[in-house]
Amino acid sequence: MNSLTERFATTGYAAELKRAKDVLGEEEDGLDPMWGSQAGFGNLASGVVKFNIPTVPDPSAFLRMHTDDFADPSCRIKIKHGTTTLAFRFQGGVIVAVDSRATAGSYVASGTVKKVIEINPYLLGTMAGGAADCQYWETYLGMQCRLHELRNRERISVAAASKYLSNLVYSYKGMGLSMGTMICGWDKTGPAVFYVDSDGTRLKGDLFSVGSGSTFAYGVLDQGYRWDLTDEEAQELGRRSIYAAGHRDAFSGNTINLFHVKEDGWKFIGNYDVSKMHYDGPDNTGGYAYELRVEGKSSANPPVTQ
Amino acid sequence: MSIMQYNGGSVIAMVGKDCVAIASDLRLGVQSLSIATNFQKIFPVTDRLYLGLPGLASDVATLHERFRLLTNMYTIKEEREIEPETFAQLVSSTLYEKRFGPYFIEPVVAGMQKTPSGGYKPFIAATDLIGCLNFAKDFVVAGTASEKLFGVAEGLWEPDLEAEDLFETISQTLLNAVDRDAFSGWGAVVHVITKDKVVTRKLKGRMD
Repeated sequence: MNSLTERFATTGYAAELKRAKDVLGEEEDGLDPMWGSQAGFGNLASGVVKFNIPTVPDPSAFLRMHTDDFADPSCRIKIKHGTTTLAFRFQGGVIVAVDSRATAGSYVASGTVKKVIEINPYLLGTMAGGAADCQYWETYLGMQCRLHELRNRERISVAAASKYLSNLVYSYKGMGLSMGTMICGWDKTGPAVFYVDSDGTRLKGDLFSVGSGSTFAYGVLDQGYRWDLTDEEAQELGRRSIYAAGHRDAFSGNTINLFHVKEDGWKFIGNYDVSKMHYDGPDNTGGYAYELRVEGKSSANPPVTQ
Repeated sequence: MSIMQYNGGSVIAMVGKDCVAIASDLRLGVQSLSIATNFQKIFPVTDRLYLGLPGLASDVATLHERFRLLTNMYTIKEEREIEPETFAQLVSSTLYEKRFGPYFIEPVVAGMQKTPSGGYKPFIAATDLIGCLNFAKDFVVAGTASEKLFGVAEGLWEPDLEAEDLFETISQTLLNAVDRDAFSGWGAVVHVITKDKVVTRKLKGRMD
């Protein structure tokens, strides 16, 4: 009786799920392999939007030849590189901080890129590597997370969401997808951060940084990280770490986007100009610049008179 | 990656009314890693002549020393200081000497040239890494941000700018161009040369 009313109801979870599936063009509950129930060995792409693939004997070799600019810098299709992103878990939740620079070769193509993808009010994804790949698949992940909510009447765990993404990108392995992302959120288990990349790597951890400026960010992050950081201390550490990367790494910079994930979902903390951080610091509390910190402290760095 | 982009950095020179200006950024990098933000690329040759050396940092040092030697030898032999146009020819032939194993530098020359009547006229020139001279009447650019510098300079430069206006124009040109270049920036320095003085100013620029 219950199932009969559910089938013909026009409101409620089941109806909304049915409508969502109609829009997506998916057959009923045909997605089990995507959840890793076959340990990633099923036909993972079933139910996923179909892409046109080059009609050559070995499509992945063909794509690799034309897209991998590490092996062949003169290849036709260039993928955006250069980024700094970080996320860490602490007593008060998860801090997510990213820069906003996009470069094409040495050209700074944009300084206002959104590298944090808001998957849903409880999940954030970061963007490093191919911008389009991250944007598309993390948005797609958001749709699947909503379907999970409707199916199971419960929010998806960060572990499950990240596993869905890693299984998905693994099914395209060798075809040139390029993404290094951190899936961050708060679920039943508390704050969680997972690193997922297009090689298929998926790691659970407390602290990650991804991108060309990650080494610089790790330097500051490792030095200042403690589990019992206060919210303010943690936000400052995230901001300071991205600043360090923006300053030292030619391919990172412009502005910092800072997010804080707590029990009731993520919150956008602010957008900070890297150069303003250098000279003035947040809220004019004193710049991060090395010169400002050493000025007048030793005979080698006498006070500037002017 | 090209050896010309290994250390990064850019130089620009502009002509004004009875003045010239030459400016550069201050970055020294190793590919994407920024090592220093106080790396000098523009050097005085005489009181009215400056030389900019963007390109490979080791060759910046080598060529600076080499031109110091050559101009000193010239001064001793000729018993007078070298004129900008002569110096540009000297730069050109010094670079062409290494035609088949060049210095990875694209020099920019800016100065006030003595005229036969006893006055001074603005002079700028630039060469490629093997010494092809470019005597421009408006502005010359070189370095990793050269394309961006061309674009901004083409939009901002106008003829017969007074020294103060020329300073503003070259500063805005450089600052805005290097903000679109990953390998240049991290502060800047500007020299405005007139017949009887040189004004040098350091600019606060974006540090990322």
